[in-house]
Amino acid sequence: MADGIVVRQLNAWFGALHVLRGIDLNIAPGAVTAIIGPSGCGKSTFIRCLNRMHEVVPGARAQGQVLLNGEDLYGPGVDPVQIRRRIGMVFQKPNPFPTMSVFDNVAAGLRLDGVRNHALLDEAVEQALHHAALWDEVKDQLGKSGASLSGGQQQRLCIARALAVRPEVLLMDEPCSALDPIATAKIEELIVELKKELTIVIVTHNMQQAARVSETTAFFLLGELVEFDKTTRIFTNPSDRRTEDYITGRFG
Amino acid sequence: MKARARRIVNMTMGWLTALSAMVVVLPLILILVFLVYQGASTVNLDFFTRLPKPVGEPGGGMANAIVGTLILVGLASCLGLPLGILGGVYLAESRDRRLPWVIRFLADVLNGVPSIVIGIFAYTIVVLPMRRFSALAGGFALAVIMLPIVLRTTEELVRLVPASLREAALALGIPEWKVMLRVVLPTARAGIITGVMVAVARIAGETAPLLFTAFGNRFWHQGLLQPIAALPLQIFAYAIAPYEDWHRQAWAGALVLIVMIFLSSFIARIVTKGRYSGLR
Amino acid sequence: MVREGGTAEGLSPPQFARPTSTKGRWGDRLFRLLIRAAALALLVIVVGLVIVMIRAALPSIQAFGWRFLVTSRWDPVAEVFGALPLIYGTLVSSLLALLIAVPLGIGAAVYLSEVAPPWISPPISFLIELLAAVPSVVYGLWGIFVLAPWLRTQVQPALGATLGFLPLFQGPPYGVGMLAAGLILAIMVVPFIIAVSREVLLAVPNEQREAALALGATRWETTRLAVLRYARSGLTGAVLLGLGRALGETMAVTMVIGNRPEISASLFAPGYTMASMIANEFAEATSDLYLSALIEVGLLLFVVTVVVNALARLLVWSVGGTVKEVRE
Repeated sequence: MADGIVVRQLNAWFGALHVLRGIDLNIAPGAVTAIIGPSGCGKSTFIRCLNRMHEVVPGARAQGQVLLNGEDLYGPGVDPVQIRRRIGMVFQKPNPFPTMSVFDNVAAGLRLDGVRNHALLDEAVEQALHHAALWDEVKDQLGKSGASLSGGQQQRLCIARALAVRPEVLLMDEPCSALDPIATAKIEELIVELKKELTIVIVTHNMQQAARVSETTAFFLLGELVEFDKTTRIFTNPSDRRTEDYITGRFG
Repeated sequence: MKARARRIVNMTMGWLTALSAMVVVLPLILILVFLVYQGASTVNLDFFTRLPKPVGEPGGGMANAIVGTLILVGLASCLGLPLGILGGVYLAESRDRRLPWVIRFLADVLNGVPSIVIGIFAYTIVVLPMRRFSALAGGFALAVIMLPIVLRTTEELVRLVPASLREAALALGIPEWKVMLRVVLPTARAGIITGVMVAVARIAGETAPLLFTAFGNRFWHQGLLQPIAALPLQIFAYAIAPYEDWHRQAWAGALVLIVMIFLSSFIARIVTKGRYSGLR
Repeated sequence: MVREGGTAEGLSPPQFARPTSTKGRWGDRLFRLLIRAAALALLVIVVGLVIVMIRAALPSIQAFGWRFLVTSRWDPVAEVFGALPLIYGTLVSSLLALLIAVPLGIGAAVYLSEVAPPWISPPISFLIELLAAVPSVVYGLWGIFVLAPWLRTQVQPALGATLGFLPLFQGPPYGVGMLAAGLILAIMVVPFIIAVSREVLLAVPNEQREAALALGATRWETTRLAVLRYARSGLTGAVLLGLGRALGETMAVTMVIGNRPEISASLFAPGYTMASMIANEFAEATSDLYLSALIEVGLLLFVVTVVVNALARLLVWSVGGTVKEVRE
């Protein structure tokens, strides 16, 4: 089920500001790829280009090729709305819909697709919550508001919501930065489980986290891809001087 | 197929909302067009300088009504501005615990009271004891309407003045009241003027509270203790009368009134354009 | 204008003589007294308004009691006053106005906040603010000479021909009447609904929109799921604010409603509202009881609008919107 993503010559702008420069990257299927780099290096912009969320901001645009299973997501006539079905996203700050129950939150994506059958929805929601390691904690509270959960639970709810539509890829933009260490640990465990079925791209400013969960890591700096290699190699023996400076804390 | 349906719904809703926006703006355009079309021809020098002619005689103008409106606004400002600005400063500066909250709440309540009810209030307080309609009564009613607007705007503006400015002045040993008068208020001046112009524009157009306070007058007023003409009152009286000539004058009066109101809004904008940059 | 780092305008150089001048402290006390007095003046005015109105309405309240609210006979000569037609007229005209203004207003607000390209929003918002600045009497003038004739010659005959089987659209086409009043009120109320709704919608955090978009929602679906649902109570507040405005509107309604204190099922029929009655009859009220009855009507209007507005502000505040005067 999992597909890899091939990125070719991806450029992105905010108005006249050129924020991503000619990115070439291969994201391996069924594995976790981490994106690291100092603030403002373009890592969030990069993953937002993968599910075409970048262009939602007025004045923002992107150009290049992003191939999902051979199909160019930036090709002519491709509907961004459909892409976001196949590539899900989890954000830095958990954002469940507060006016909806836990159940409705997870079912939201499916309902958008027109699924009305109660039995189907029940099953899909339960499965997604299992996948997100949240089922046991909320199974008796499916009717409670999505916002009534703790921070870590909310984030897992958002993950369940994203998983419910069965995407091929899951993008995670610093998913743990608003969470406490215990919640973070739970989500990292979850990521390790999920990669068996999904391709995951995770942006993180926490290098230890990148080292813990990912197989490959990409280092971005000032809108450019500086180095992309196996995680173990990047953190023990980076090829580029700038990478080494970053991971040893000389800047950023 | 389902995806296509969703796309169509999306586009349709996009167009529907755009349509709403256009429909909403339409009446304004219609009104402005009619105002100019019907009123422009009647607006001449006579209109601004002459008194209304007796029934049946064509011609005449609304000089007394225009002047009356200016006088009423002036009267209202004499009461409304000091109370409003000082009250606004109070809300922004006071260290009292409960009173500011109460005052703010009451100001909001007063803001929502229909202007005709405020007219009743002015009637009972001013007209009844004096046993006559008067410019004073009208001015009082308009002052009460203007008060909450000026109050809230001033409070907002004074709050916007950065604390660092105030602290710098205080640290120089300058007493608080001087800091307020010579530092804070001048900085907030542009915004306060805007608030005042907005309030003025609002009360200049008010008719209902004047119906039984200022009452209207076909001649020049004989002092502030007598009934006085006002532009909106005159427009109303002419509009509901059966005379064609008066209808034309009503349109002209409405055109002049709208121009006055829009002008004060524009002046407010221009005043704030240059001097505001320090605060926002 | 105070320049950063420079000296404040109009201040004399700091005095080295003594740190605290008694004159300054005295000035401060006076200042604090002055501003507190101004604030208290507002309190006195509002409380005074309530007290004065209750006292003036008392004779009528005592004379008619509950009957004032439920009987229909308004007879100044016989000194019998029942305000039911006024209450009916006020409610019906306001509800009709909302029926038209709410979908249009919220639709326009959604357009401005979620759909419109950035360059369209300022001019349209500006035009809408202009709409809010037009005085009631000018709307009324336009209503009498443009809207009512149009209704009388085009709209009402057409409605009567097609939907005349409904009691709503029966009766002779006067032009003026409930329909005209409802329409004019709708036009007057819509700018306020738009202004407040737009603020409420803009206050919805962007993360909510992103959450929906990332799920593969279209822009409309995002608006529906993430924005409108989130802003529900605030939008209700905006609607209530519109209601508050409509209830208190006087001049434009007086000029087009036909001024007949009767209850009718038809929208074509003339009617009367509480505010219109006061506007028309107050200056000519001959007897004390008559005046008192009119003031009781005013008191009723006051209470209803205050309650509706308070509710509205509560709702709007709860979503993080603010109720600013539509200005600039």
